[in-house]
Amino acid sequence: MIFRKSSSAIRVFALSGFLVALAGCNDTVEVGNLPEPPPPPPPPVTYSYEVTVTNLTQAQPLSPIAVMLHGEESFFTLGEPASEAIEIMAEGGDPSELLGLDIVLESTNGTGPVTPGETQTFTVSIEDNDSANLAVLTMLASTNDAFSGFQGLSLAGMEVGDVQYRLTNVYDSGTEANTEEAATLVTMMGEGFNAERDDVDFVAMHPGVVGNQDGLPNSALTGAHRFDNPAIKITVTRTE
Amino acid sequence: MKKLNALFAAGILGLSAQAQAAELEVHVQNLTQGIYFTPILVAAHPADASLFELGMPASMELQAMAEGGSIAGLETVVDSVGGEVGVQEAENGLTAPATARMFTLNSSDTNTVLSVTAMMLPTNDGFIGLDNWTIPTEAGTYTVYLNAYDAGTEANDEIRGSGAPGEAGMPVPPPLDPLLGMNGTGVTTEEVNTTVHVHRGNLGDAAQDGGASDVSNTVQRWLNPVAKVTVIVK
Repeated sequence: MIFRKSSSAIRVFALSGFLVALAGCNDTVEVGNLPEPPPPPPPPVTYSYEVTVTNLTQAQPLSPIAVMLHGEESFFTLGEPASEAIEIMAEGGDPSELLGLDIVLESTNGTGPVTPGETQTFTVSIEDNDSANLAVLTMLASTNDAFSGFQGLSLAGMEVGDVQYRLTNVYDSGTEANTEEAATLVTMMGEGFNAERDDVDFVAMHPGVVGNQDGLPNSALTGAHRFDNPAIKITVTRTE
Repeated sequence: MKKLNALFAAGILGLSAQAQAAELEVHVQNLTQGIYFTPILVAAHPADASLFELGMPASMELQAMAEGGSIAGLETVVDSVGGEVGVQEAENGLTAPATARMFTLNSSDTNTVLSVTAMMLPTNDGFIGLDNWTIPTEAGTYTVYLNAYDAGTEANDEIRGSGAPGEAGMPVPPPLDPLLGMNGTGVTTEEVNTTVHVHRGNLGDAAQDGGASDVSNTVQRWLNPVAKVTVIVK
Protein backbone atom coordinates (compact mmCIF):
# COMPACT_ATOMS: atom_id res chain seq x y z
CA MET A 1 0.00 0.00 0.00
CA ILE A 2 2.68 2.44 1.06
CA PHE A 3 4.69 1.71 -2.06
CA ARG A 4 1.71 2.24 -4.34
CA LYS A 5 1.00 5.62 -2.78
CA SER A 6 4.57 6.86 -3.04
CA SER A 7 4.99 5.61 -6.59
CA SER A 8 1.87 7.43 -7.77
CA ALA A 9 3.10 10.55 -5.99
CA ILE A 10 6.38 10.20 -7.87
CA ARG A 11 4.48 9.81 -11.10
CA VAL A 12 2.44 13.00 -10.53
CA PHE A 13 5.56 14.88 -9.59
CA ALA A 14 7.41 13.69 -12.72
CA LEU A 15 4.45 14.52 -14.93
CA SER A 16 4.12 18.08 -13.59
CA GLY A 17 7.83 18.65 -14.14
CA PHE A 18 7.40 17.37 -17.67
CA LEU A 19 4.52 19.83 -18.21
CA VAL A 20 6.53 22.76 -16.89
CA ALA A 21 9.37 21.86 -19.24
CA LEU A 22 6.98 21.58 -22.16
CA ALA A 23 5.32 24.88 -21.31
CA GLY A 24 8.72 26.55 -21.38
CA CYS A 25 9.34 25.33 -24.95
CA ASN A 26 6.04 25.59 -26.66
CA ASP A 27 2.91 27.45 -25.57
CA THR A 28 0.69 25.74 -28.14
CA VAL A 29 0.90 22.24 -26.71
CA GLU A 30 -2.52 21.02 -25.63
CA VAL A 31 -2.10 19.57 -22.19
CA GLY A 32 -5.23 17.43 -22.39
CA ASN A 33 -3.83 15.41 -25.27
CA LEU A 34 -0.59 14.48 -23.62
CA PRO A 35 -0.13 10.71 -23.64
CA GLU A 36 -0.01 9.36 -20.08
CA PRO A 37 3.37 7.76 -19.47
CA PRO A 38 2.93 4.18 -18.25
CA PRO A 39 3.36 4.13 -14.45
CA PRO A 40 6.30 2.07 -13.29
CA PRO A 41 4.98 -1.08 -11.61
CA PRO A 42 5.30 -0.80 -7.83
CA PRO A 43 7.96 -3.15 -6.51
CA PRO A 44 6.18 -6.13 -4.92
CA VAL A 45 6.47 -6.53 -1.17
CA THR A 46 7.07 -10.11 -0.10
CA TYR A 47 5.82 -11.42 3.23
CA SER A 48 7.48 -14.69 4.22
CA TYR A 49 6.69 -16.95 7.14
CA GLU A 50 8.61 -19.86 8.58
CA VAL A 51 6.30 -22.55 9.93
CA THR A 52 7.65 -25.33 12.15
CA VAL A 53 5.51 -28.34 12.94
CA THR A 54 6.39 -30.70 15.82
CA ASN A 55 4.62 -34.02 16.28
CA LEU A 56 3.84 -34.38 20.01
CA THR A 57 2.24 -37.84 19.85
CA GLN A 58 3.70 -41.17 20.96
CA ALA A 59 3.18 -43.13 17.74
CA GLN A 60 0.99 -41.22 15.29
CA PRO A 61 2.75 -40.22 12.07
CA LEU A 62 1.43 -36.96 10.64
CA SER A 63 0.60 -37.04 6.95
CA PRO A 64 2.47 -34.57 4.68
CA ILE A 65 1.71 -31.14 6.11
CA ALA A 66 -0.45 -28.67 4.18
CA VAL A 67 0.64 -25.08 4.90
CA MET A 68 -1.78 -22.63 3.32
CA LEU A 69 -2.37 -18.88 3.29
CA HIS A 70 -5.99 -17.93 2.89
CA GLY A 71 -8.49 -15.10 3.36
CA GLU A 72 -11.67 -15.10 5.42
CA GLU A 73 -12.93 -18.47 4.19
CA SER A 74 -12.74 -21.66 6.25
CA PHE A 75 -11.57 -25.14 5.32
CA PHE A 76 -13.95 -26.79 7.79
CA THR A 77 -16.59 -25.81 10.34
CA LEU A 78 -17.23 -27.68 13.56
CA GLY A 79 -20.70 -29.21 13.42
CA GLU A 80 -20.88 -29.10 9.60
CA PRO A 81 -20.14 -31.93 7.15
CA ALA A 82 -16.52 -32.07 6.02
CA SER A 83 -15.73 -31.02 2.46
CA GLU A 84 -14.43 -33.74 0.18
CA ALA A 85 -10.98 -32.10 0.31
CA ILE A 86 -10.96 -32.45 4.12
CA GLU A 87 -12.26 -36.01 3.86
CA ILE A 88 -9.51 -36.99 1.40
CA MET A 89 -6.86 -35.54 3.71
CA ALA A 90 -8.39 -36.95 6.93
CA GLU A 91 -8.98 -40.49 5.66
CA GLY A 92 -5.91 -41.02 3.50
CA GLY A 93 -3.43 -38.27 4.32
CA ASP A 94 -3.44 -36.75 0.83
CA PRO A 95 -3.36 -32.92 1.08
CA SER A 96 -3.45 -32.23 -2.68
CA GLU A 97 -7.18 -31.45 -2.87
CA LEU A 98 -6.89 -29.00 0.02
CA LEU A 99 -3.88 -27.33 -1.58
CA GLY A 100 -5.80 -26.97 -4.83
CA LEU A 101 -8.83 -25.21 -3.36
CA ASP A 102 -9.70 -21.77 -4.75
CA ILE A 103 -9.54 -20.24 -1.27
CA VAL A 104 -5.81 -21.03 -1.03
CA LEU A 105 -3.76 -17.92 -1.87
CA GLU A 106 -0.31 -19.46 -1.47
CA SER A 107 0.82 -22.79 -0.08
CA THR A 108 3.60 -25.24 0.53
CA ASN A 109 3.49 -28.81 1.69
CA GLY A 110 5.50 -31.61 3.18
CA THR A 111 6.77 -34.41 0.98
CA GLY A 112 6.71 -37.09 3.66
CA PRO A 113 5.23 -37.84 7.05
CA VAL A 114 6.26 -36.07 10.24
CA THR A 115 7.20 -38.86 12.60
CA PRO A 116 6.59 -38.69 16.38
CA GLY A 117 8.99 -36.25 17.94
CA GLU A 118 10.10 -34.89 14.57
CA THR A 119 10.02 -31.21 13.65
CA GLN A 120 9.68 -30.10 10.03
CA THR A 121 10.12 -26.54 8.82
CA PHE A 122 8.34 -24.86 5.92
CA THR A 123 8.46 -21.42 4.36
CA VAL A 124 5.45 -19.84 2.70
CA SER A 125 5.46 -16.41 1.06
CA ILE A 126 2.92 -14.03 -0.38
CA GLU A 127 3.28 -10.73 -2.24
CA ASP A 128 1.50 -7.51 -1.36
CA ASN A 129 -0.72 -9.03 1.33
CA ASP A 130 0.15 -8.20 4.93
CA SER A 131 -2.98 -9.67 6.46
CA ALA A 132 -3.38 -13.22 5.17
CA ASN A 133 -4.57 -16.01 7.44
CA LEU A 134 -2.58 -19.20 7.96
CA ALA A 135 -3.91 -22.74 7.94
CA VAL A 136 -1.84 -25.82 8.79
CA LEU A 137 -3.63 -29.16 8.42
CA THR A 138 -2.56 -32.81 8.61
CA MET A 139 -3.95 -36.27 9.30
CA LEU A 140 -3.04 -38.36 12.32
CA ALA A 141 -2.19 -41.20 10.01
CA SER A 142 -2.89 -44.23 12.26
CA THR A 143 -6.56 -43.37 12.67
CA ASN A 144 -9.68 -43.66 10.54
CA ASP A 145 -10.24 -39.94 9.96
CA ALA A 146 -8.51 -37.82 12.60
CA PHE A 147 -6.84 -34.57 11.67
CA SER A 148 -5.20 -31.71 13.49
CA GLY A 149 -3.89 -28.23 12.93
CA PHE A 150 -5.59 -24.88 12.70
CA GLN A 151 -7.05 -22.44 10.23
CA GLY A 152 -7.63 -18.70 10.22
CA LEU A 153 -4.56 -17.74 12.26
CA SER A 154 -4.23 -14.03 11.53
CA LEU A 155 -0.80 -12.93 10.34
CA ALA A 156 -1.82 -9.25 10.25
CA GLY A 157 0.46 -7.01 12.25
CA MET A 158 3.33 -9.50 12.42
CA GLU A 159 6.67 -7.71 12.04
CA VAL A 160 9.79 -9.47 10.81
CA GLY A 161 10.98 -11.61 13.71
CA ASP A 162 7.60 -11.81 15.40
CA VAL A 163 6.58 -15.30 16.53
CA GLN A 164 3.21 -16.93 17.23
CA TYR A 165 2.80 -20.47 18.44
CA ARG A 166 -0.13 -22.79 18.86
CA LEU A 167 -0.77 -26.21 20.35
CA THR A 168 -3.47 -27.89 18.30
CA ASN A 169 -6.31 -30.23 19.17
CA VAL A 170 -7.44 -33.26 17.18
CA TYR A 171 -10.64 -33.27 15.13
CA ASP A 172 -12.63 -36.12 13.63
CA SER A 173 -13.88 -35.47 10.10
CA GLY A 174 -17.00 -37.54 10.86
CA THR A 175 -16.75 -39.25 7.47
CA GLU A 176 -15.55 -42.70 8.51
CA ALA A 177 -16.53 -44.80 11.53
CA ASN A 178 -13.67 -45.23 14.01
CA THR A 179 -13.44 -49.00 13.72
CA GLU A 180 -9.64 -48.93 13.90
CA GLU A 181 -9.60 -52.13 11.81
CA ALA A 182 -6.49 -52.69 9.69
CA ALA A 183 -8.47 -52.72 6.45
CA THR A 184 -9.55 -49.12 7.14
CA LEU A 185 -6.16 -47.75 8.22
CA VAL A 186 -3.83 -46.29 5.64
CA THR A 187 -0.76 -47.03 7.79
CA MET A 188 -1.73 -50.73 8.05
CA MET A 189 -1.88 -51.23 4.28
CA GLY A 190 -5.61 -50.61 4.48
CA GLU A 191 -7.86 -48.28 2.57
CA GLY A 192 -7.35 -44.53 2.61
CA PHE A 193 -10.01 -42.28 1.15
CA ASN A 194 -13.42 -43.81 0.52
CA ALA A 195 -16.23 -41.54 -0.68
CA GLU A 196 -18.79 -43.42 1.40
CA ARG A 197 -19.67 -41.67 4.67
CA ASP A 198 -20.56 -44.17 7.39
CA ASP A 199 -20.18 -41.92 10.44
CA VAL A 200 -22.03 -38.90 11.87
CA ASP A 201 -21.05 -36.69 8.89
CA PHE A 202 -20.06 -33.63 10.87
CA VAL A 203 -16.69 -32.41 12.09
CA ALA A 204 -16.13 -32.34 15.87
CA MET A 205 -13.41 -33.01 18.40
CA HIS A 206 -11.99 -36.54 18.15
CA PRO A 207 -12.91 -38.95 20.99
CA GLY A 208 -9.45 -40.54 20.89
CA VAL A 209 -8.06 -43.90 19.83
CA VAL A 210 -9.35 -46.91 21.84
CA GLY A 211 -6.94 -49.65 20.73
CA ASN A 212 -6.90 -53.41 21.17
CA GLN A 213 -5.47 -53.19 24.67
CA ASP A 214 -8.42 -51.17 25.94
CA GLY A 215 -11.51 -53.06 24.90
CA LEU A 216 -11.71 -52.88 21.12
CA PRO A 217 -10.72 -56.43 20.08
CA ASN A 218 -10.81 -55.81 16.32
CA SER A 219 -8.63 -52.72 16.51
CA ALA A 220 -5.26 -52.88 14.78
CA LEU A 221 -4.07 -50.08 17.05
CA THR A 222 -2.45 -50.43 20.46
CA GLY A 223 -2.08 -48.23 23.47
CA ALA A 224 0.90 -46.63 21.76
CA HIS A 225 -1.39 -45.09 19.14
CA ARG A 226 -3.47 -43.27 21.71
CA PHE A 227 -3.12 -39.51 21.82
CA ASP A 228 -4.41 -36.62 23.86
CA ASN A 229 -4.83 -32.94 23.18
CA PRO A 230 -2.74 -31.16 22.14
CA ALA A 231 -1.14 -33.29 19.41
CA ILE A 232 0.99 -30.82 17.47
CA LYS A 233 3.06 -27.74 18.24
CA ILE A 234 3.19 -25.18 15.45
CA THR A 235 5.42 -22.10 15.49
CA VAL A 236 5.06 -19.27 12.99
CA THR A 237 7.83 -16.70 12.50
CA ARG A 238 7.73 -13.85 10.01
CA THR A 239 11.09 -13.89 8.25
CA GLU A 240 10.62 -11.25 5.51
CA MET B 1 -21.40 -22.82 49.91
CA LYS B 2 -23.64 -20.81 52.22
CA LYS B 3 -20.86 -20.82 54.75
CA LEU B 4 -18.54 -19.44 52.10
CA ASN B 5 -21.05 -16.75 51.25
CA ALA B 6 -21.30 -15.63 54.85
CA LEU B 7 -17.53 -15.65 55.26
CA PHE B 8 -16.88 -13.52 52.24
CA ALA B 9 -19.93 -11.28 52.19
CA ALA B 10 -18.32 -8.66 54.37
CA GLY B 11 -15.14 -8.77 52.32
CA ILE B 12 -16.85 -8.26 49.01
CA LEU B 13 -18.71 -5.20 50.27
CA GLY B 14 -15.42 -3.67 51.23
CA LEU B 15 -13.96 -4.10 47.76
CA SER B 16 -14.36 -1.24 45.35
CA ALA B 17 -16.70 -2.34 42.59
CA GLN B 18 -14.67 -1.81 39.47
CA ALA B 19 -16.90 -3.92 37.23
CA GLN B 20 -19.52 -2.24 35.12
CA ALA B 21 -22.94 -3.49 34.16
CA ALA B 22 -22.90 -4.92 30.67
CA GLU B 23 -25.19 -6.92 28.46
CA LEU B 24 -23.74 -10.37 27.73
CA GLU B 25 -24.32 -12.86 24.97
CA VAL B 26 -23.01 -16.31 25.88
CA HIS B 27 -22.69 -19.09 23.30
CA VAL B 28 -22.04 -22.59 24.59
CA GLN B 29 -20.94 -25.08 21.94
CA ASN B 30 -20.68 -28.82 22.43
CA LEU B 31 -17.33 -29.74 20.82
CA THR B 32 -17.75 -33.50 21.10
CA GLN B 33 -18.84 -35.89 18.40
CA GLY B 34 -20.83 -38.24 20.61
CA ILE B 35 -21.74 -36.64 23.95
CA TYR B 36 -25.00 -34.78 24.75
CA PHE B 37 -25.38 -31.97 27.29
CA THR B 38 -28.43 -31.69 29.55
CA PRO B 39 -29.98 -28.20 30.01
CA ILE B 40 -27.15 -25.69 30.40
CA LEU B 41 -26.99 -23.28 33.31
CA VAL B 42 -25.30 -19.97 32.51
CA ALA B 43 -25.14 -17.53 35.42
CA ALA B 44 -23.55 -14.21 36.35
CA HIS B 45 -23.13 -13.93 40.09
CA PRO B 46 -20.99 -12.43 42.87
CA ALA B 47 -17.40 -13.63 43.00
CA ASP B 48 -17.73 -14.82 46.61
CA ALA B 49 -20.25 -17.50 45.64
CA SER B 50 -19.55 -20.51 43.45
CA LEU B 51 -21.49 -23.43 42.03
CA PHE B 52 -18.60 -25.85 42.53
CA GLU B 53 -14.99 -25.93 43.65
CA LEU B 54 -12.42 -28.38 42.34
CA GLY B 55 -11.20 -30.54 45.21
CA MET B 56 -14.27 -29.86 47.35
CA PRO B 57 -17.32 -32.11 47.75
CA ALA B 58 -20.19 -31.23 45.43
CA SER B 59 -23.21 -29.46 46.89
CA MET B 60 -26.56 -31.27 46.74
CA GLU B 61 -27.58 -28.87 43.98
CA LEU B 62 -24.50 -29.67 41.91
CA GLN B 63 -25.03 -33.39 42.50
CA ALA B 64 -28.60 -33.15 41.17
CA MET B 65 -27.28 -31.43 38.03
CA ALA B 66 -24.35 -33.81 37.50
CA GLU B 67 -26.25 -37.05 38.13
CA GLY B 68 -29.60 -36.22 36.58
CA GLY B 69 -29.32 -32.97 34.63
CA SER B 70 -31.63 -30.94 36.89
CA ILE B 71 -30.51 -27.31 37.19
CA ALA B 72 -33.45 -26.14 39.33
CA GLY B 73 -31.41 -26.36 42.53
CA LEU B 74 -28.46 -24.47 41.10
CA GLU B 75 -30.80 -21.78 39.78
CA THR B 76 -32.13 -21.35 43.31
CA VAL B 77 -28.58 -20.99 44.58
CA VAL B 78 -27.88 -18.30 41.96
CA ASP B 79 -31.07 -16.46 42.93
CA SER B 80 -30.19 -16.65 46.61
CA VAL B 81 -26.92 -14.78 46.09
CA GLY B 82 -28.49 -12.13 43.86
CA GLY B 83 -27.10 -13.59 40.66
CA GLU B 84 -28.73 -13.68 37.25
CA VAL B 85 -29.48 -16.81 35.25
CA GLY B 86 -29.01 -16.53 31.48
CA VAL B 87 -32.09 -16.98 29.35
CA GLN B 88 -32.34 -18.41 25.87
CA GLU B 89 -35.01 -18.15 23.21
CA ALA B 90 -35.29 -21.85 22.47
CA GLU B 91 -36.38 -24.50 24.93
CA ASN B 92 -33.43 -25.46 27.10
CA GLY B 93 -33.35 -29.15 26.20
CA LEU B 94 -30.49 -31.45 25.29
CA THR B 95 -27.60 -29.94 23.37
CA ALA B 96 -26.60 -32.47 20.73
CA PRO B 97 -22.98 -33.12 19.73
CA ALA B 98 -21.32 -30.20 17.90
CA THR B 99 -24.35 -27.92 18.32
CA ALA B 100 -24.54 -24.67 20.27
CA ARG B 101 -26.97 -22.62 22.36
CA MET B 102 -27.07 -18.89 23.00
CA PHE B 103 -27.94 -17.18 26.28
CA THR B 104 -28.38 -13.53 27.20
CA LEU B 105 -27.84 -12.02 30.61
CA ASN B 106 -26.18 -9.05 32.32
CA SER B 107 -23.18 -8.48 34.45
CA SER B 108 -23.43 -5.84 37.14
CA ASP B 109 -21.36 -4.14 39.81
CA THR B 110 -21.94 -7.18 42.00
CA ASN B 111 -22.41 -9.98 39.44
CA THR B 112 -18.84 -9.95 38.19
CA VAL B 113 -18.16 -13.61 37.40
CA LEU B 114 -19.65 -16.17 35.04
CA SER B 115 -20.32 -19.85 35.73
CA VAL B 116 -21.56 -22.56 33.38
CA THR B 117 -22.63 -26.13 34.11
CA ALA B 118 -24.36 -28.97 32.26
CA MET B 119 -24.35 -32.74 32.72
CA MET B 120 -22.69 -34.84 30.04
CA LEU B 121 -24.56 -37.87 28.69
CA PRO B 122 -23.84 -40.70 28.76
CA THR B 123 -21.99 -40.39 32.06
CA ASN B 124 -22.85 -41.10 35.68
CA ASP B 125 -21.92 -37.68 37.07
CA GLY B 126 -19.79 -35.97 34.46
CA PHE B 127 -20.38 -32.31 33.68
CA ILE B 128 -18.97 -29.38 31.77
CA GLY B 129 -17.90 -26.65 34.13
CA LEU B 130 -16.85 -23.03 34.14
CA ASP B 131 -16.19 -21.81 37.67
CA ASN B 132 -16.22 -18.08 38.46
CA TRP B 133 -14.69 -16.75 35.26
CA THR B 134 -14.13 -13.02 35.70
CA ILE B 135 -16.33 -11.15 33.22
CA PRO B 136 -14.21 -8.62 31.33
CA THR B 137 -15.27 -5.01 31.72
CA GLU B 138 -14.08 -4.13 28.23
CA ALA B 139 -16.51 -4.74 25.35
CA GLY B 140 -15.38 -7.55 23.08
CA THR B 141 -15.58 -11.23 22.24
CA TYR B 142 -13.89 -13.70 24.56
CA THR B 143 -13.44 -17.47 24.22
CA VAL B 144 -13.06 -20.05 26.98
CA TYR B 145 -12.66 -23.80 26.52
CA LEU B 146 -14.17 -26.10 29.17
CA ASN B 147 -12.98 -29.43 30.49
CA ALA B 148 -15.09 -32.35 31.65
CA TYR B 149 -15.38 -32.70 35.42
CA ASP B 150 -16.62 -35.51 37.63
CA ALA B 151 -18.85 -34.48 40.54
CA GLY B 152 -17.39 -37.28 42.65
CA THR B 153 -20.83 -38.23 43.91
CA GLU B 154 -21.50 -41.46 42.02
CA ALA B 155 -19.48 -44.50 40.92
CA ASN B 156 -18.88 -44.48 37.16
CA ASP B 157 -20.52 -47.83 36.49
CA GLU B 158 -21.45 -46.72 32.96
CA ILE B 159 -24.66 -48.71 32.88
CA ARG B 160 -28.29 -47.71 32.36
CA GLY B 161 -29.90 -46.59 35.58
CA SER B 162 -31.20 -43.58 37.41
CA GLY B 163 -30.74 -39.84 37.21
CA ALA B 164 -31.97 -39.35 40.76
CA PRO B 165 -29.28 -38.10 43.16
CA GLY B 166 -27.71 -40.97 45.05
CA GLU B 167 -29.13 -43.68 42.77
CA ALA B 168 -26.77 -45.75 40.63
CA GLY B 169 -26.53 -45.79 36.86
CA MET B 170 -26.91 -43.26 34.09
CA PRO B 171 -30.16 -41.57 33.07
CA VAL B 172 -31.05 -42.41 29.46
CA PRO B 173 -33.39 -39.84 27.86
CA PRO B 174 -34.94 -40.73 24.48
CA PRO B 175 -32.23 -39.52 22.04
CA LEU B 176 -29.62 -41.55 23.92
CA ASP B 177 -31.69 -44.72 24.19
CA PRO B 178 -30.84 -46.23 20.79
CA LEU B 179 -27.20 -45.16 21.09
CA LEU B 180 -26.40 -47.06 24.29
CA GLY B 181 -25.64 -50.72 24.84
CA MET B 182 -27.64 -53.01 27.12
CA ASN B 183 -27.06 -55.34 30.05
CA GLY B 184 -23.61 -54.14 31.02
CA THR B 185 -22.36 -55.59 34.29
CA GLY B 186 -20.90 -52.31 35.52
CA VAL B 187 -17.39 -50.89 35.19
CA THR B 188 -16.94 -50.13 38.90
CA THR B 189 -18.87 -49.70 42.13
CA GLU B 190 -16.39 -47.31 43.69
CA GLU B 191 -15.81 -43.58 43.52
CA VAL B 192 -12.33 -43.04 44.91
CA ASN B 193 -12.20 -39.26 44.68
CA THR B 194 -15.40 -37.95 46.24
CA THR B 195 -14.61 -34.31 45.52
CA VAL B 196 -15.18 -32.50 42.23
CA HIS B 197 -12.30 -33.52 39.98
CA VAL B 198 -11.21 -33.84 36.36
CA HIS B 199 -13.19 -36.62 34.72
CA ARG B 200 -11.08 -39.60 33.67
CA GLY B 201 -13.28 -40.15 30.63
CA ASN B 202 -15.62 -42.94 29.68
CA LEU B 203 -14.14 -46.41 29.36
CA GLY B 204 -16.93 -48.03 27.37
CA ASP B 205 -16.69 -51.32 25.55
CA ALA B 206 -17.29 -52.79 22.12
CA ALA B 207 -20.28 -54.94 23.16
CA GLN B 208 -23.75 -53.65 22.33
CA ASP B 209 -25.20 -56.36 24.58
CA GLY B 210 -23.36 -57.24 27.80
CA GLY B 211 -19.78 -56.40 28.59
CA ALA B 212 -18.90 -54.13 31.49
CA SER B 213 -20.25 -50.87 30.09
CA ASP B 214 -23.32 -49.70 28.20
CA VAL B 215 -21.20 -46.95 26.65
CA SER B 216 -19.70 -47.40 23.17
CA ASN B 217 -15.94 -47.06 23.40
CA THR B 218 -15.49 -45.77 19.85
CA VAL B 219 -18.31 -43.19 19.96
CA GLN B 220 -18.95 -41.97 23.51
CA ARG B 221 -15.48 -41.22 24.76
CA TRP B 222 -14.04 -37.71 24.65
CA LEU B 223 -10.83 -35.75 25.00
CA ASN B 224 -10.75 -32.30 26.55
CA PRO B 225 -11.78 -29.66 25.85
CA VAL B 226 -15.44 -30.63 25.52
CA ALA B 227 -17.14 -27.24 25.22
CA LYS B 228 -16.38 -23.81 23.84
CA VAL B 229 -17.88 -20.79 25.55
CA THR B 230 -17.91 -17.55 23.59
CA VAL B 231 -18.77 -14.48 25.67
CA ILE B 232 -19.69 -11.26 23.90
CA VAL B 233 -19.51 -8.29 26.26
CA LYS B 234 -21.55 -5.47 24.71
